[in-house]
Amino acid sequence: MNEEQSVIKVGMADLNVGSHDHVIRTTGLGSCVGLTLYDPAKKLGGMAHVMLPSSEIAREGKLNIAKFADTAIPELLSRLLSLGAIRNRIVAKMAGGAQMFAFAGGNDTMRIGPRNVESCKRALEDLNIPLLAEDTGGSYGRTIEIACNTGLLYIRSVQKGIKEL
Amino acid sequence: MELFKNQKDFKMDVLKEVGNIGAGNAATALSQLLNKPIDMAVPKVQLLGFEEIAEKVGGAEELVYAVFLRVEGDAPGNLFFILAPDAARSLLSRVAGISEVSGEELSEMELSALNEIGNILAGSYLSSLADFTSLSMYPTVPALAMDMAGAILSYGLLQFGQMGDDALLIDTTFLEGQNEIEGQFFLIPDPESFPKIFKSLGVPFEDE
Repeated sequence: MNEEQSVIKVGMADLNVGSHDHVIRTTGLGSCVGLTLYDPAKKLGGMAHVMLPSSEIAREGKLNIAKFADTAIPELLSRLLSLGAIRNRIVAKMAGGAQMFAFAGGNDTMRIGPRNVESCKRALEDLNIPLLAEDTGGSYGRTIEIACNTGLLYIRSVQKGIKEL
Repeated sequence: MELFKNQKDFKMDVLKEVGNIGAGNAATALSQLLNKPIDMAVPKVQLLGFEEIAEKVGGAEELVYAVFLRVEGDAPGNLFFILAPDAARSLLSRVAGISEVSGEELSEMELSALNEIGNILAGSYLSSLADFTSLSMYPTVPALAMDMAGAILSYGLLQFGQMGDDALLIDTTFLEGQNEIEGQFFLIPDPESFPKIFKSLGVPFEDE
Protein backbone atom coordinates (compact mmCIF):
# COMPACT_ATOMS: atom_id res chain seq x y z
CA MET A 1 0.00 0.00 0.00
CA ASN A 2 1.11 3.62 0.15
CA GLU A 3 3.98 4.10 2.55
CA GLU A 4 5.67 7.18 1.08
CA GLN A 5 2.87 9.54 2.05
CA SER A 6 2.24 10.58 5.60
CA VAL A 7 -0.32 8.36 7.24
CA ILE A 8 -3.17 9.61 9.36
CA LYS A 9 -4.44 6.83 11.57
CA VAL A 10 -8.11 6.58 12.46
CA GLY A 11 -8.86 4.48 15.53
CA MET A 12 -12.01 2.59 16.38
CA ALA A 13 -14.94 4.98 16.86
CA ASP A 14 -12.83 7.80 15.50
CA LEU A 15 -12.71 10.04 12.43
CA ASN A 16 -10.22 12.30 10.69
CA VAL A 17 -9.58 14.28 7.52
CA GLY A 18 -6.55 14.94 5.34
CA SER A 19 -5.33 16.66 2.19
CA HIS A 20 -3.55 15.57 -1.02
CA ASP A 21 -0.30 14.35 0.56
CA HIS A 22 -2.02 12.24 3.18
CA VAL A 23 -3.09 8.63 3.39
CA ILE A 24 -5.84 7.97 5.91
CA ARG A 25 -5.89 4.48 7.35
CA THR A 26 -7.92 2.41 9.76
CA THR A 27 -6.99 -1.14 10.76
CA GLY A 28 -8.89 -4.27 11.69
CA LEU A 29 -12.43 -3.47 10.61
CA GLY A 30 -14.73 -6.33 11.53
CA SER A 31 -18.38 -5.48 11.97
CA CYS A 32 -17.36 -1.81 11.97
CA VAL A 33 -17.61 0.20 8.76
CA GLY A 34 -14.85 2.37 7.37
CA LEU A 35 -16.51 5.18 5.45
CA THR A 36 -14.63 7.70 3.32
CA LEU A 37 -15.71 11.02 1.86
CA TYR A 38 -13.67 12.65 -0.88
CA ASP A 39 -13.58 15.84 -2.89
CA PRO A 40 -11.70 14.90 -6.11
CA ALA A 41 -11.03 18.47 -7.23
CA LYS A 42 -9.51 19.71 -3.98
CA LYS A 43 -8.06 16.27 -3.15
CA LEU A 44 -9.46 16.37 0.33
CA GLY A 45 -10.43 13.15 2.04
CA GLY A 46 -11.93 11.98 5.31
CA MET A 47 -12.53 8.68 7.02
CA ALA A 48 -14.78 7.52 9.85
CA HIS A 49 -14.51 4.18 11.69
CA VAL A 50 -18.16 3.60 12.56
CA MET A 51 -18.82 1.06 15.29
CA LEU A 52 -22.57 1.17 15.91
CA PRO A 53 -25.53 1.99 13.67
CA SER A 54 -27.41 4.60 15.67
CA SER A 55 -26.75 7.10 18.43
CA GLU A 56 -30.25 6.39 19.74
CA ILE A 57 -28.88 3.40 21.67
CA ALA A 58 -26.14 5.48 23.31
CA ARG A 59 -26.25 5.64 27.09
CA GLU A 60 -23.04 7.54 27.56
CA GLY A 61 -22.93 10.97 29.12
CA LYS A 62 -20.69 12.60 26.58
CA LEU A 63 -21.53 11.25 23.15
CA ASN A 64 -18.64 10.23 20.91
CA ILE A 65 -20.17 11.27 17.62
CA ALA A 66 -17.52 9.41 15.60
CA LYS A 67 -18.88 6.10 16.89
CA PHE A 68 -22.34 6.06 15.35
CA ALA A 69 -23.29 6.05 11.66
CA ASP A 70 -25.99 8.70 12.03
CA THR A 71 -23.70 11.19 13.79
CA ALA A 72 -20.26 10.36 12.34
CA ILE A 73 -21.09 10.97 8.70
CA PRO A 74 -22.57 14.49 9.13
CA GLU A 75 -19.56 15.37 11.32
CA LEU A 76 -17.10 14.01 8.77
CA LEU A 77 -18.85 16.05 6.08
CA SER A 78 -18.66 19.26 8.07
CA ARG A 79 -14.96 18.68 8.87
CA LEU A 80 -14.29 18.23 5.15
CA LEU A 81 -16.28 21.35 4.25
CA SER A 82 -14.36 23.40 6.80
CA LEU A 83 -11.13 22.34 5.04
CA GLY A 84 -12.54 23.87 1.88
CA ALA A 85 -14.24 20.92 0.15
CA ILE A 86 -17.19 21.73 -2.11
CA ARG A 87 -20.39 20.10 -0.94
CA ASN A 88 -21.78 18.87 -4.27
CA ARG A 89 -18.49 17.30 -5.39
CA ILE A 90 -18.18 15.02 -2.40
CA VAL A 91 -18.42 11.30 -3.02
CA ALA A 92 -18.35 8.32 -0.65
CA LYS A 93 -16.85 4.85 -0.52
CA MET A 94 -17.04 2.31 2.24
CA ALA A 95 -15.82 -1.07 3.41
CA GLY A 96 -16.31 -3.40 6.36
CA GLY A 97 -19.56 -4.42 8.00
CA ALA A 98 -18.57 -8.08 8.09
CA GLN A 99 -20.21 -10.78 10.12
CA MET A 100 -17.13 -12.31 11.69
CA PHE A 101 -18.88 -15.09 13.53
CA ALA A 102 -21.73 -17.15 12.16
CA PHE A 103 -24.14 -18.22 14.86
CA ALA A 104 -27.28 -20.23 14.48
CA GLY A 105 -30.17 -18.02 15.48
CA GLY A 106 -28.09 -14.89 15.13
CA ASN A 107 -29.54 -12.17 17.32
CA ASP A 108 -29.39 -8.48 16.54
CA THR A 109 -25.99 -7.89 18.13
CA MET A 110 -24.47 -10.54 15.92
CA ARG A 111 -25.97 -8.90 12.85
CA ILE A 112 -24.27 -5.63 13.74
CA GLY A 113 -22.14 -5.56 10.57
CA PRO A 114 -25.03 -5.51 8.07
CA ARG A 115 -26.88 -3.03 10.30
CA ASN A 116 -23.89 -0.69 10.31
CA VAL A 117 -23.79 -0.85 6.50
CA GLU A 118 -27.51 -0.09 6.21
CA SER A 119 -27.24 2.86 8.58
CA CYS A 120 -24.27 4.33 6.72
CA LYS A 121 -26.18 4.10 3.45
CA ARG A 122 -29.19 5.78 4.98
CA ALA A 123 -27.05 8.59 6.37
CA LEU A 124 -25.43 9.11 2.95
CA GLU A 125 -28.85 9.23 1.29
CA ASP A 126 -30.09 11.75 3.82
CA LEU A 127 -27.10 13.95 3.01
CA ASN A 128 -27.42 13.32 -0.72
CA ILE A 129 -23.87 12.00 -1.06
CA PRO A 130 -23.37 9.43 -3.84
CA LEU A 131 -21.84 6.10 -2.81
CA LEU A 132 -19.35 5.30 -5.58
CA ALA A 133 -18.16 1.89 -4.39
CA GLU A 134 -18.33 -0.48 -1.46
CA ASP A 135 -16.73 -3.69 -0.27
CA THR A 136 -18.96 -4.76 2.58
CA GLY A 137 -20.25 -7.91 4.21
CA GLY A 138 -18.52 -11.28 4.16
CA SER A 139 -16.96 -12.83 7.23
CA TYR A 140 -13.47 -11.39 7.27
CA GLY A 141 -11.62 -8.40 8.70
CA ARG A 142 -10.32 -5.52 6.61
CA THR A 143 -7.71 -2.80 6.84
CA ILE A 144 -8.44 0.14 4.58
CA GLU A 145 -6.73 3.30 3.47
CA ILE A 146 -7.65 6.16 1.19
CA ALA A 147 -4.99 7.96 -0.80
CA CYS A 148 -6.05 11.58 -0.77
CA ASN A 149 -4.17 12.42 -3.97
CA THR A 150 -6.23 9.92 -6.01
CA GLY A 151 -9.27 9.11 -3.92
CA LEU A 152 -8.54 5.41 -4.36
CA LEU A 153 -9.55 3.19 -1.49
CA TYR A 154 -7.27 0.21 -0.80
CA ILE A 155 -8.70 -2.72 1.11
CA ARG A 156 -6.53 -5.42 2.61
CA SER A 157 -7.77 -8.65 4.10
CA VAL A 158 -6.09 -11.85 5.26
CA GLN A 159 -7.98 -14.07 2.83
CA LYS A 160 -8.25 -11.87 -0.24
CA GLY A 161 -5.12 -9.75 -0.32
CA ILE A 162 -5.36 -6.17 -1.56
CA LYS A 163 -8.33 -4.82 -3.44
CA GLU A 164 -8.70 -1.36 -4.94
CA LEU A 165 -11.90 0.63 -5.15
CA MET B 1 -15.34 6.23 31.78
CA GLU B 2 -15.69 5.73 35.51
CA LEU B 3 -17.06 2.27 36.12
CA PHE B 4 -16.72 1.99 39.87
CA LYS B 5 -16.97 5.03 42.09
CA ASN B 6 -16.23 3.45 45.44
CA GLN B 7 -13.62 0.93 46.50
CA LYS B 8 -12.27 0.73 42.98
CA ASP B 9 -9.11 -1.22 43.87
CA PHE B 10 -11.02 -3.73 45.92
CA LYS B 11 -13.52 -4.29 43.13
CA MET B 12 -10.74 -4.76 40.59
CA ASP B 13 -9.21 -7.34 42.94
CA VAL B 14 -12.50 -9.19 43.14
CA LEU B 15 -12.66 -9.31 39.35
CA LYS B 16 -9.08 -10.55 39.30
CA GLU B 17 -10.19 -13.43 41.47
CA VAL B 18 -13.09 -14.06 39.12
CA GLY B 19 -10.57 -14.35 36.27
CA ASN B 20 -8.30 -16.49 38.40
CA ILE B 21 -10.98 -19.03 39.13
CA GLY B 22 -12.30 -19.18 35.59
CA ALA B 23 -8.95 -19.39 33.88
CA GLY B 24 -7.56 -21.67 36.59
CA ASN B 25 -10.18 -24.26 35.82
CA ALA B 26 -9.67 -23.83 32.10
CA ALA B 27 -5.91 -24.30 32.58
CA THR B 28 -6.62 -27.51 34.49
CA ALA B 29 -8.80 -28.72 31.64
CA LEU B 30 -6.05 -27.90 29.15
CA SER B 31 -3.48 -29.60 31.33
CA GLN B 32 -5.61 -32.76 31.27
CA LEU B 33 -6.03 -32.56 27.50
CA LEU B 34 -2.27 -32.22 27.02
CA ASN B 35 -1.31 -34.37 29.96
CA LYS B 36 1.23 -31.70 30.86
CA PRO B 37 1.47 -28.98 33.47
CA ILE B 38 0.20 -25.56 32.43
CA ASP B 39 1.38 -22.30 33.94
CA MET B 40 -0.99 -19.45 34.35
CA ALA B 41 -0.21 -15.78 34.88
CA VAL B 42 -2.04 -13.69 37.45
CA PRO B 43 -5.08 -12.24 35.66
CA LYS B 44 -5.00 -8.61 34.65
CA VAL B 45 -8.11 -6.54 35.12
CA GLN B 46 -8.01 -3.26 33.25
CA LEU B 47 -10.29 -0.62 31.90
CA LEU B 48 -8.85 -0.10 28.44
CA GLY B 49 -9.57 2.05 25.41
CA PHE B 50 -10.87 0.11 22.40
CA GLU B 51 -7.55 0.48 20.59
CA GLU B 52 -5.56 -0.76 23.56
CA ILE B 53 -7.49 -4.00 23.75
CA ALA B 54 -6.24 -5.15 20.36
CA GLU B 55 -2.73 -4.08 21.44
CA LYS B 56 -2.94 -6.80 24.11
CA VAL B 57 -2.57 -9.44 21.41
CA GLY B 58 -0.10 -7.57 19.23
CA GLY B 59 -2.17 -4.93 17.46
CA ALA B 60 -5.36 -4.61 15.43
CA GLU B 61 -3.82 -6.27 12.37
CA GLU B 62 -2.17 -9.18 14.17
CA LEU B 63 -3.36 -12.52 12.87
CA VAL B 64 -4.99 -14.62 15.59
CA TYR B 65 -7.18 -17.64 16.02
CA ALA B 66 -10.06 -16.87 18.34
CA VAL B 67 -12.89 -18.92 19.73
CA PHE B 68 -15.68 -16.58 20.69
CA LEU B 69 -18.61 -17.37 22.96
CA ARG B 70 -21.35 -15.04 23.93
CA VAL B 71 -22.20 -15.62 27.58
CA GLU B 72 -25.90 -15.56 28.39
CA GLY B 73 -27.84 -15.80 31.62
CA ASP B 74 -27.70 -13.65 34.77
CA ALA B 75 -24.42 -11.95 33.97
CA PRO B 76 -24.01 -11.75 30.20
CA GLY B 77 -20.72 -10.97 28.53
CA ASN B 78 -18.22 -11.99 25.89
CA LEU B 79 -15.54 -14.62 26.22
CA PHE B 80 -12.62 -15.07 23.84
CA PHE B 81 -9.98 -17.76 23.77
CA ILE B 82 -7.12 -16.40 21.68
CA LEU B 83 -4.12 -18.15 20.17
CA ALA B 84 -1.36 -17.01 17.85
CA PRO B 85 -1.20 -19.15 14.65
CA ASP B 86 1.92 -21.03 15.83
CA ALA B 87 0.36 -21.79 19.19
CA ALA B 88 -2.78 -23.06 17.47
CA ARG B 89 -0.67 -25.45 15.41
CA SER B 90 1.22 -26.79 18.42
CA LEU B 91 -1.98 -27.20 20.35
CA LEU B 92 -3.54 -29.17 17.51
CA SER B 93 -0.57 -31.45 17.15
CA ARG B 94 -0.48 -32.17 20.90
CA VAL B 95 -4.16 -32.60 21.60
CA ALA B 96 -5.67 -33.94 18.44
CA GLY B 97 -2.56 -35.78 17.27
CA ILE B 98 -2.77 -33.85 14.03
CA SER B 99 0.90 -33.80 13.16
CA GLU B 100 0.77 -32.61 9.58
CA VAL B 101 -0.20 -29.11 10.52
CA SER B 102 1.62 -27.44 7.70
CA GLY B 103 0.75 -24.97 5.00
CA GLU B 104 -0.78 -21.58 5.43
CA GLU B 105 -4.30 -22.52 6.31
CA LEU B 106 -5.77 -25.08 8.63
CA SER B 107 -8.11 -27.68 7.17
CA GLU B 108 -11.78 -28.02 8.07
CA MET B 109 -10.88 -30.89 10.35
CA GLU B 110 -8.20 -28.88 12.15
CA LEU B 111 -10.46 -25.88 12.53
CA SER B 112 -13.20 -28.05 13.93
CA ALA B 113 -10.80 -29.63 16.44
CA LEU B 114 -9.57 -26.20 17.48
CA ASN B 115 -13.13 -24.98 17.94
CA GLU B 116 -13.86 -27.97 20.14
CA ILE B 117 -10.75 -27.39 22.26
CA GLY B 118 -11.77 -23.77 22.67
CA ASN B 119 -15.26 -24.90 23.59
CA ILE B 120 -14.00 -27.26 26.29
CA LEU B 121 -11.72 -24.64 27.82
CA ALA B 122 -14.24 -21.83 27.66
CA GLY B 123 -16.89 -24.16 29.06
CA SER B 124 -14.77 -24.95 32.09
CA TYR B 125 -13.97 -21.25 32.52
CA LEU B 126 -17.65 -20.39 32.59
CA SER B 127 -18.93 -23.27 34.65
CA SER B 128 -16.41 -22.58 37.42
CA LEU B 129 -17.44 -18.94 37.32
CA ALA B 130 -21.09 -19.88 37.55
CA ASP B 131 -20.34 -22.14 40.54
CA PHE B 132 -18.31 -19.45 42.25
CA THR B 133 -20.92 -16.75 41.85
CA SER B 134 -24.06 -18.92 41.90
CA LEU B 135 -25.16 -17.01 38.83
CA SER B 136 -26.48 -18.77 35.80
CA MET B 137 -24.01 -18.29 32.96
CA TYR B 138 -24.18 -20.38 29.89
CA PRO B 139 -22.31 -20.12 26.62
CA THR B 140 -23.73 -19.87 23.13
CA VAL B 141 -22.39 -22.27 20.54
CA PRO B 142 -18.75 -21.29 20.04
CA ALA B 143 -17.57 -19.72 16.83
CA LEU B 144 -14.01 -19.82 15.55
CA ALA B 145 -12.37 -17.21 13.41
CA MET B 146 -8.86 -16.66 12.10
CA ASP B 147 -8.41 -13.03 11.25
CA MET B 148 -7.14 -9.62 12.31
CA ALA B 149 -7.34 -9.21 16.08
CA GLY B 150 -9.07 -5.86 15.82
CA ALA B 151 -11.83 -7.25 13.63
CA ILE B 152 -12.43 -10.15 16.00
CA LEU B 153 -12.21 -8.36 19.33
CA SER B 154 -14.51 -5.53 18.25
CA TYR B 155 -17.34 -8.03 18.73
CA GLY B 156 -16.63 -8.03 22.42
CA LEU B 157 -16.83 -4.25 22.65
CA LEU B 158 -20.30 -3.59 21.26
CA GLN B 159 -22.03 -3.58 24.64
CA PHE B 160 -19.46 -1.22 26.14
CA GLY B 161 -19.64 0.86 22.98
CA GLN B 162 -23.09 2.06 23.97
CA MET B 163 -21.66 3.50 27.17
CA GLY B 164 -18.28 4.89 26.35
CA ASP B 165 -15.00 4.37 24.58
CA ASP B 166 -13.37 1.80 26.80
CA ALA B 167 -14.12 -1.63 28.18
CA LEU B 168 -13.24 -3.65 31.24
CA LEU B 169 -11.16 -6.63 30.31
CA ILE B 170 -10.26 -9.63 32.46
CA ASP B 171 -7.19 -11.02 30.73
CA THR B 172 -5.42 -14.25 31.66
CA THR B 173 -2.43 -15.73 29.87
CA PHE B 174 -1.37 -19.33 30.18
CA LEU B 175 1.76 -21.08 29.01
CA GLU B 176 2.82 -24.63 28.40
CA GLY B 177 6.37 -25.93 28.79
CA GLN B 178 8.94 -23.92 26.85
CA ASN B 179 6.28 -21.37 26.00
CA GLU B 180 5.33 -23.34 22.93
CA ILE B 181 1.69 -22.85 23.56
CA GLU B 182 0.65 -19.49 24.82
CA GLY B 183 -3.00 -18.62 24.93
CA GLN B 184 -5.16 -15.88 26.33
CA PHE B 185 -8.60 -15.71 27.80
CA PHE B 186 -10.43 -12.41 27.50
CA LEU B 187 -13.61 -12.04 29.50
CA ILE B 188 -15.51 -8.82 28.87
CA PRO B 189 -18.66 -8.81 31.00
CA ASP B 190 -21.44 -6.51 29.79
CA PRO B 191 -21.55 -3.26 31.80
CA GLU B 192 -24.85 -4.36 33.39
CA SER B 193 -23.29 -7.56 34.70
CA PHE B 194 -20.96 -5.96 37.23
CA PRO B 195 -23.58 -5.16 39.90
CA LYS B 196 -24.83 -8.75 39.62
CA ILE B 197 -21.39 -10.28 39.90
CA PHE B 198 -20.51 -8.14 42.93
CA LYS B 199 -23.84 -8.71 44.61
CA SER B 200 -23.54 -12.46 44.20
CA LEU B 201 -20.15 -12.37 45.91
CA GLY B 202 -21.35 -10.22 48.77
CA VAL B 203 -19.46 -7.13 47.64
CA PRO B 204 -21.45 -4.00 48.37
CA PHE B 205 -22.39 -2.32 45.14
CA GLU B 206 -24.24 0.89 45.79
CA ASP B 207 -26.23 2.75 43.20
CA GLU B 208 -23.21 3.95 41.37
